[in-house]
Amino acid sequence: MNPPLLTIEHLSVTFNQQLKVVDDISFTINRGETFALVGESGSGKSITALSVLRLQPSSARLSAAVIELDDDNLLHRSELELCGIRGRRIGLIFQDPMSSLNPVMTIGSQVEEVIKIHFSLSKELMQQRVLNLLRQVEIPDPEQRIKDYPHQLSGGQRQRVMIAIALAGMPDLLIADEPTTSLDVTIQAQIMALLKNIQHQTGMALWLISHDLALVSTVADRVAVMQRGKIVETGIPQELFVNPKHPYTKKLLAALPSIDNAGKNKAFSLKAQVNAPLLQVTDYKVYYPIRKGIFKRVAGYVRAVDGVNLEIYPGKTLALVGESGCGKTTLGKSLLNLIPEHSGRVMLEGVELNNLTGERLRLKRANIQIVFQDPFSSMNPRMLVNDIIAEGLRALHPEFNSAYRKARVLQLLRQVGLPEDSALRYPHEFSGGQRQRICIARALAVEPKLIICDEPTSALDVSVQAQIIQLLKTLQQEKGVSYLFITHDLAVVAEIADDVAVMHQGKIIEWGSVRQVLTEPENSYTRKLIEAAPVFKSEKIRKN
Amino acid sequence: MIVLWTDALIFMLILIMLALTFYLREKDHIKRPLQTIVASKIGMASLVILLFFVLIGLLDSIHFKPANDKSNEIISLLDYWATPLREHGEKTYSAPFAATLYSKEMIILTDGSTLWGYPRLQFGGIHLTDPETQRIPDILQKAFYGLAQGVGLTGILIFLIRLLLVKRNKCLMLSPTAKTVWMMVFFFVSMTYALIYLSAYYHVLGTDKVGEDVFYQAVKSIRTGLVIGTLTTLIMLPMSIVFGILAGFFRGWVDDVIQYIYTTLNSIPGVLLIAASILMVQVYMANHEQDFTSVVVRADMRLLFLCMILGVTSWTGLCRLLRAETLKLREMEYVQAAQALGVTQVMILVRHILPNVMHIVLISVVLDFSSLVLAEAVLSYINIGVDPTTYSWGNMINGARLEMAREPIVWWSLTAAFVFMFALVLAANLFADVVQDAFDPRRGHSG
Repeated sequence: MNPPLLTIEHLSVTFNQQLKVVDDISFTINRGETFALVGESGSGKSITALSVLRLQPSSARLSAAVIELDDDNLLHRSELELCGIRGRRIGLIFQDPMSSLNPVMTIGSQVEEVIKIHFSLSKELMQQRVLNLLRQVEIPDPEQRIKDYPHQLSGGQRQRVMIAIALAGMPDLLIADEPTTSLDVTIQAQIMALLKNIQHQTGMALWLISHDLALVSTVADRVAVMQRGKIVETGIPQELFVNPKHPYTKKLLAALPSIDNAGKNKAFSLKAQVNAPLLQVTDYKVYYPIRKGIFKRVAGYVRAVDGVNLEIYPGKTLALVGESGCGKTTLGKSLLNLIPEHSGRVMLEGVELNNLTGERLRLKRANIQIVFQDPFSSMNPRMLVNDIIAEGLRALHPEFNSAYRKARVLQLLRQVGLPEDSALRYPHEFSGGQRQRICIARALAVEPKLIICDEPTSALDVSVQAQIIQLLKTLQQEKGVSYLFITHDLAVVAEIADDVAVMHQGKIIEWGSVRQVLTEPENSYTRKLIEAAPVFKSEKIRKN
Repeated sequence: MIVLWTDALIFMLILIMLALTFYLREKDHIKRPLQTIVASKIGMASLVILLFFVLIGLLDSIHFKPANDKSNEIISLLDYWATPLREHGEKTYSAPFAATLYSKEMIILTDGSTLWGYPRLQFGGIHLTDPETQRIPDILQKAFYGLAQGVGLTGILIFLIRLLLVKRNKCLMLSPTAKTVWMMVFFFVSMTYALIYLSAYYHVLGTDKVGEDVFYQAVKSIRTGLVIGTLTTLIMLPMSIVFGILAGFFRGWVDDVIQYIYTTLNSIPGVLLIAASILMVQVYMANHEQDFTSVVVRADMRLLFLCMILGVTSWTGLCRLLRAETLKLREMEYVQAAQALGVTQVMILVRHILPNVMHIVLISVVLDFSSLVLAEAVLSYINIGVDPTTYSWGNMINGARLEMAREPIVWWSLTAAFVFMFALVLAANLFADVVQDAFDPRRGHSG
């Protein structure tokens, strides 16, 4: 049995002498293995990784019995010696490649920087090394790309450059802190495959930090689950995910949305509909003009939404799926007239919206409401929760007096599961999930027929996501409100949707009931999406 | 009681500020920065100094015609209380704490002979029989007396106030800066008392060319400086807020028009606009003699117009900042949610945009105050500032131009103006720094 590559014993990190962010954790990582550290946001996973390299913030105090890299006690190393270890023996990849790459340096020079620090090579050899690294991370045409700036690359390509920078020092251990969270599903699959590939080539160990249990289950050799600074369970995926022992792990696994649940609690399919559709969109287009030249002549159009036909039925949920850049958010926002340059027919409850203007249009449009993705910026930080929720009532129903409004606000807070004293507090006093509930209450206040949910759970933890989805389903059953659920997460679609529309480059390429689309997709792109999604199938693991 | 134009505007400003303080008192997003300001020693110390200046300015803003005076003079409450100082004018220059004039003259003695020497002052140091030897000990003794009386009175006053407050409002006693505040108040009140006591016997800061007491002039100039700083802001704020927010929110042709206006206005040299405006005021006053009966009223009108034109030329800076911030806020998701909820655009401006730009307005106001006070000095230098009969630091410095060239040099007028202006501007700047830090959203305050 080989000695472990990295040994950590009794590591604790304390903020401001009181808050223990990491509480006495111990684990080991062996050579060549993929070790995954999972947990929800705030559990202390990233701080653990930073502390190993002594990169924790200055207000945090570190205490550990042992931090050993291959018999080399890192605790006793001076800062200068540690600089020689960072990058050379332990590499680090961060979550958001755009803010981790220097926007004013070319990618070639950023990769070169690492090589220059740790090795002394001649200029030609360094250039060769950089090109080799870019080829290794599968960046096409490296000789041209070496002079590009980060903003000229796509998100997936930037992450590949980050990996190249991390690999440049030829480390024994690569720490990947949520490397694929901000990327699309297909790109995510490619990046993980790349990392696995490089592991096989170089025998490097990979320490993966993530909150995505499904992703981790497909790539990891060993998994440790963290909760509030402590490691609650460790094990191999086959055992941990099939037979979890700790109640927290069980809770996490139970909260995971799964594609297996597609259409389980919905008995209706698209073809059995007899009601008239609530919202009917015909040939909807949103084109952004590209203006070139001195006179800003229109040279062409960016077709964000290119001839979309949609139908949403009362009391049902239509999920709009697609990768980033396909136009789903543009479609959602322009239905609310938040993007005014559009064309096409929109019929709401049989009334053609193009025929209405001014005041009548304003009142009719209030039947469609929206819940945004980011619960932190979607509420005015200076307003009380009471005023935020009552805003729509004030604007659309000036006949209600303030006592009625107050009562209504309290009723709404009860419905979304928040305590009544929330009405007199400010948004920043609430957690992400609670804020999203306030946004849902705000949307419900004016009794809309349709709520457009623009990725409402992507910024939330898994367990909170499950609660919000449950809340939305309950509200739909009680009030009969329809949802247009925009998301990129197929598992969430399976949990909540009745019908699915798949969007690609501004067009809807597939449309059908959720069971049909997710189990027997007709379009090849849909098939690619489903395959790329890290699906958490317990049977799949048992087979392996 | 006579209410001059600037007096009316000052009192209106005080009322607005009190109303605003009352309204914002409970708002959480203002309360937190205010608590930070209260916790800062420098902030509270400079606030005490500023409040002193404001108090003097307010006393000087209550004008009336004294009943027993036959002349048609309009005086203020400060003038009334400083009456001995006001009327004890000498012949010409005299040094601070001197008992004689600054230059030698032909003195005609009681017995008819003449003497070429320093004549005794009419009011300064007249209680001394032998100025040479008695002056310094007398000054020290009087200073000590005055200080002791001041300390005693202030001490008793503060003690009584503390007794009264300790039951009602604990936080005034217990906050860490409370001690600083009380010490500053103690220091200032006792110093002021000592100075006033001394000024009954000497000219504390000397006299100027026409024999007027320099200390009196400097104290009277406080009102002018404050008026220019605050009234200009009062005139500038509505314009920049309205135009800035409209330009940033509506974009399109509204934005273009407002941008053209402020770019053009910014390109015109402000000095020319100010000179033209002052000239127009003078022509108007010459043509309507019957409306402007006394010198005080005329000077006041000129001061008012100076404030107005300064306000009109300086709104562009804040307007640009607000436009930029509004452009950013417009894309915030809560504004989009409000639009989806059917809120009218005017209400979005009032409820969402305006409260979120207030921190910029506050910082800008406090910063501009000091630069306006200094600007007045410069304008007086080129004779397009306040009326030469108005007491202002700019006029004092202007007059000191020739005094510096004199032999022996006359330094007290310039020094007095400098010290007072420096104290006010330094206090304002320090306070502005503390306010800026407290309201800066990047400093770890959420929201």
